[in-house]
Amino acid sequence: MTQKNQYKLNVNGQTVEVTAEPRELLIYTLREQLNITGPHIGCETSHCGACTVTIDGKSVKSCTMFVAQAEGKEITTIEGLGSPDALHPLQEAFKEHHGLQCGYCTPGMITRASKLLEEIPNPTEEEIRFGMAGNICRCTGYQNIVKSIKAAAAEINAAKEAAQ
Amino acid sequence: MIPASFEYHRPTDMAGVLSILVEHGDDARVMAGGHSLIPMMKLRMADVPHLIDLQDVGGLAGITVGDTITIGAMVTQSDIILHDALADAAPILREASLQIADPQVRYMGTVGGNVANGDPGNDMPGLMQCLDATFTVVGPNGERKIPAREFYEAAYMTGREDDEVMTAVSFAKPVGGHAYEKQKRKIGDYATAAAAVQIVKDGGTCASASIAMTNLSDTPVYSAAAGDALVGTSVDGDAIKAAVSAMLNDIDPVEDNRGPVAFKRHVAGVILARAIERAWSRA
Ligand SMILES: Cc1cc2nc3c(=O)[nH]c(=O)nc-3n(C[C@H](O)[C@H](O)[C@H](O)COP(=O)(O)OP(=O)(O)OC[C@H]3O[C@@H](n4cnc5c(N)ncnc54)[C@H](O)[C@@H]3O)c2cc1C
Ligand code: FES
Ligand code: FES
Repeated sequence: MTQKNQYKLNVNGQTVEVTAEPRELLIYTLREQLNITGPHIGCETSHCGACTVTIDGKSVKSCTMFVAQAEGKEITTIEGLGSPDALHPLQEAFKEHHGLQCGYCTPGMITRASKLLEEIPNPTEEEIRFGMAGNICRCTGYQNIVKSIKAAAAEINAAKEAAQ
Repeated sequence: MIPASFEYHRPTDMAGVLSILVEHGDDARVMAGGHSLIPMMKLRMADVPHLIDLQDVGGLAGITVGDTITIGAMVTQSDIILHDALADAAPILREASLQIADPQVRYMGTVGGNVANGDPGNDMPGLMQCLDATFTVVGPNGERKIPAREFYEAAYMTGREDDEVMTAVSFAKPVGGHAYEKQKRKIGDYATAAAAVQIVKDGGTCASASIAMTNLSDTPVYSAAAGDALVGTSVDGDAIKAAVSAMLNDIDPVEDNRGPVAFKRHVAGVILARAIERAWSRA
């Protein structure tokens, strides 16, 4: 067994230090060490996107990154996007438009969608489907996920305009 | 899905990388985006006692666009897609990158990792052969350049020595029309068959054509004969048929979960015909 090391990460705006073997996958650090259980493990083989988090501005499958690689990085999970009292517009939209059924894929979907809307603030349906292609949902058939993301985009853009 | 233990290294320059490679020999391996290597390590198909993360090594993430185009090994597929000057100069790169994996993977997967990996399913090796690219590697004895068309020996066997690191790919700014056409079972899948095509048109005839195929052999297949079959023709139906049959002589697919050999050969022909038509229409 290799030695455990100390790793400093910034998760949802807070600097945390964890002790782990370098081979620990980031998803396990988040879930089991930091009790951040929003990111889910769907496949553990880099295919489903349930474990998606944002790392230094990129959507990343956290089952496909070692904790050692994440040292010094800024990580945002679904927990960093909104709170039960102040939902993120995407969370609100998924709730309003039935963007989920069992909810297992939802944290990954919303985390990925948050990044997509930064890159393309007003996406077409095609752009949403293409930009969300790394996230798999076994329940919804995707239609309401697309609808939710469209609605959230409109909401975010309207709020931006109102603020100007 | 827990990989075997390893010691993790994150050197900040190439000298640091090379000294770890020299010290640990076969036991050490570099990692770029990790999106081919980590899945292999999780499956314990790769055992890497000393893992060298390249993310902090400077000078590997640049893109320069001129008569020669150079792309650093650590440039990601997403960087390629977002680079407008590159897309203007060599549009086939964006077209191909958009067909690789999914958005999350494209943020992490690098050009260097994709071409160095040696997996016949990777899309960049065939693309680089189509563009007649040159790979630059650096090792303890200095820098070397290897043509993409001579780099691939067998699955996971390449012209790179174990103690050499890929630093860049470069190629002459492509001319003429382009197409990257890929048949896959779903988004995020490797190719059942893919074709990279660049065609130069002179008046109504084809002046030159470069054709390479992906995942139809244990290496990418640059088919000089397929390109030659188009030269001097008006790229009509007969010429395309001739190019397809020349290509079919050069590939050697095997049966796997993407289908039996006859199906793969059929798909390869369909994909190449489409790619030629699209490249010609843009030439
Ligand atoms: C779900 C999924 C779908 C995918 N679909 C596709 C697809 O459709 N098409 C496709 O082409 N790829 C696909 N990939 C692979 C992806 O594009 C990889 O990320 C890429 O092939 C390798 O790049 P990397 O930077 O992640 O390399 P790594 O995984 O870090 O490395 C891969 C190999 O190359 C070596 N290496 C890396 N960098 C260097 C270097 N600079 N010098 C020397 N050796 C180096 C490593 O030692 C390792 O052996 C997919 C991956 C996943 C997880
Ligand atoms: S759990 Fe990471 S992609 Fe499925
Ligand atoms: S809501 Fe059940 S997997 Fe998406």
